[in-house]
Amino acid sequence: MKRHVLSILVENHSGVLSRVSGLFSRRGYNIDSLSVGETEDPNVSRMTIVVRGDEYILEQIKKQLNKLIDVIKVIELKPEQSVYRELVLLKVGVATHQRPEVIEIVNIFRGRVVDVASESLMIEITGDEEKLSALISMMEPYGIKEMIRTGLTALERGNKEIKQHKKYEEE
Amino acid sequence: MKAAEAIVECLKREEVTTVFGYPGAAIMPLYEALRKSAIRHVLVRQEQAAAHSASGYARISGKVGVCIVTSGPGATNLITGIATAYMDSIPLVAFTGQVKSTLIGRDVFQEVDITGATEPFIKHSYLVKDAKDLPRIVKEAFHIAKTGRPGPVLIDIPVDIQNENIEFSYDKKINIRGYKPTYTGHIGQIKRALRRLRDSKKPIICIGGGILSAKAEKELLSFVEKTKIPVVCTLMGLGGMNHNSPYYIGMIGSHGHKAANKAVSEADVVVFMGARIADRATGGSKLFAKNADIIHIDVDPAEIGKNLGTAIPVVGDVKNILEQLLELAEPLNTDEWIKYLTDLKANNKKTRKPTSNVNPKYAIQLLSGVLDKNAILVGDVGQNQMWSALNFTIFDDRKFLTSGGLGTMGYSLPAAIGAAIAAPDRQVVATMGDGGFQMSFFELATLTQNKVKLIVLLFNNSGLGMVREMQYKTYKAEYGVDLNTNPDFIKLADAYGIKARRVFQDEELKEVFDEAIHYDGPFLIECIVDSKESTL
Repeated sequence: MKRHVLSILVENHSGVLSRVSGLFSRRGYNIDSLSVGETEDPNVSRMTIVVRGDEYILEQIKKQLNKLIDVIKVIELKPEQSVYRELVLLKVGVATHQRPEVIEIVNIFRGRVVDVASESLMIEITGDEEKLSALISMMEPYGIKEMIRTGLTALERGNKEIKQHKKYEEE
Repeated sequence: MKAAEAIVECLKREEVTTVFGYPGAAIMPLYEALRKSAIRHVLVRQEQAAAHSASGYARISGKVGVCIVTSGPGATNLITGIATAYMDSIPLVAFTGQVKSTLIGRDVFQEVDITGATEPFIKHSYLVKDAKDLPRIVKEAFHIAKTGRPGPVLIDIPVDIQNENIEFSYDKKINIRGYKPTYTGHIGQIKRALRRLRDSKKPIICIGGGILSAKAEKELLSFVEKTKIPVVCTLMGLGGMNHNSPYYIGMIGSHGHKAANKAVSEADVVVFMGARIADRATGGSKLFAKNADIIHIDVDPAEIGKNLGTAIPVVGDVKNILEQLLELAEPLNTDEWIKYLTDLKANNKKTRKPTSNVNPKYAIQLLSGVLDKNAILVGDVGQNQMWSALNFTIFDDRKFLTSGGLGTMGYSLPAAIGAAIAAPDRQVVATMGDGGFQMSFFELATLTQNKVKLIVLLFNNSGLGMVREMQYKTYKAEYGVDLNTNPDFIKLADAYGIKARRVFQDEELKEVFDEAIHYDGPFLIECIVDSKESTL
């Protein structure tokens, strides 16, 4: 099933996140990731939701999201018109003698080492998914002790702002 | 003023005259404010009935129904009523008391997360955190409940917030960024729809409850008379079109009229208006409307394309869209098609089968013949629902109410009480089975206490007839459906001070109906029905 990235403006108050996430589970839609944060307007939050589904499901998701009173705008961010980013923190088991080679790999990926301990390193890396996957697979032989991903976040390229998009049903 | 008084002031501004409710500790400040107001409070016997009564009231008055209950179990009892209203798109505003705002989340006495619990089946809900927001919230709640696709809205108010002092101001304007329903249809889509209809040989209009909630019956009739397109309806659409009209073919669905189902399956264009086209309407068939291009008119864009692929979607209020359509519509040549369907419909009329006791289909037909032209029939759920839906003739101002979407047993008595309170001068009849009746017969007390005049027509077949029928069809045996230890319903009615008569044979019906109709007060008629009596 095809993957779609939705960017959603919502009212910034409690209960909104559960309304949105509840809608996905209730209607049986698959969600890959969800990230949320405040926007330039403190009364508005923005969510990036990655979903899987065919055109029918995608259309239903957009329409059902639009039905929620707290949802202000829903747009789909197509890969060719958008910048997708994700942040990963990795705790990798690294013995002292392995440190230089790991740091070298991290530098190649333009990641950063943010914590050092006697038997591990914490690595921070931002980028698109291919880059993150590549680094993660490079780290696997050393032993990934812990990993956390923020989930995809995305913004449309160019001058157009999300507010200037029409509401879905007006399209 | 106190926030509780502000709520009552808001209710007045929203022209609320009657509320249905059940008090408790967490809603006492609001009840105290209600006591000092001119608003009528109808005390129900269980909170679910408050929502059903408010629903019946809303459907007949055309206004938003209001119910008020306390926190915890009061609120959870309301849930089925809210879900029922949600599925049938009935405008309600429900107020629930909540524990003190400082105690929320500590699982204190009678605390429950009601906004969370109702979230999957409510149009919108508020948990009030600041008393100052209350006037705005109440205003928004009424606006959201009645506009767009109507539905229930809940306002959960902690008891300490009800007691706070606020300055009252009621803003005329409403601006909810995420809620801007589409009211008029896109003119391009309307022209496309009419172009498609112009080339159609066998067009049909299928109406749902949306015609009734948009109050678009007159506009529909004008459009149908001008274009000569025949009409079928869903269960919820019953009453959207005069049954005596030459253009009316019948009700579709798994329990629908044959002629109506055939009309949809043979049509080349089907125009759905305010209908969800859910499984009970299609009979779950993939072949539903198989030959047709679909034009779908609905105020809720999410309904278009959800259950059925759509060639031409038109989003907006169906009343406005019908006016827009009417302006540009031309008469079609459908004489042959209508003749064909009318003949089918005539063949459909079944002869009366002999039965050992009361024939419920005949009983409804007979009742239909003696009731006023603005009578209201409220069907419960199960066999009695279909007996009522298929045998009650709707014309003029007659109305048929039922729980179509959720199929909530016990709906009809409290809903009929709400309807009768909204229209005390109209005849109201609640049909029920012995199963559904025992889910809400305690509302007979509400009936007596509020001196509501209505007729309860109870079909007693000593069991859960529709389930029994399905079990025999599927498993060739019945299980868990026997109600052979039913109480004496006549004595039960008598205990509530309600006049009641038991009928064993069809021949007695006429006289009992006459007595019940002319009796000045509530009246219960128990019809003894053979347990093998079928739905259709």
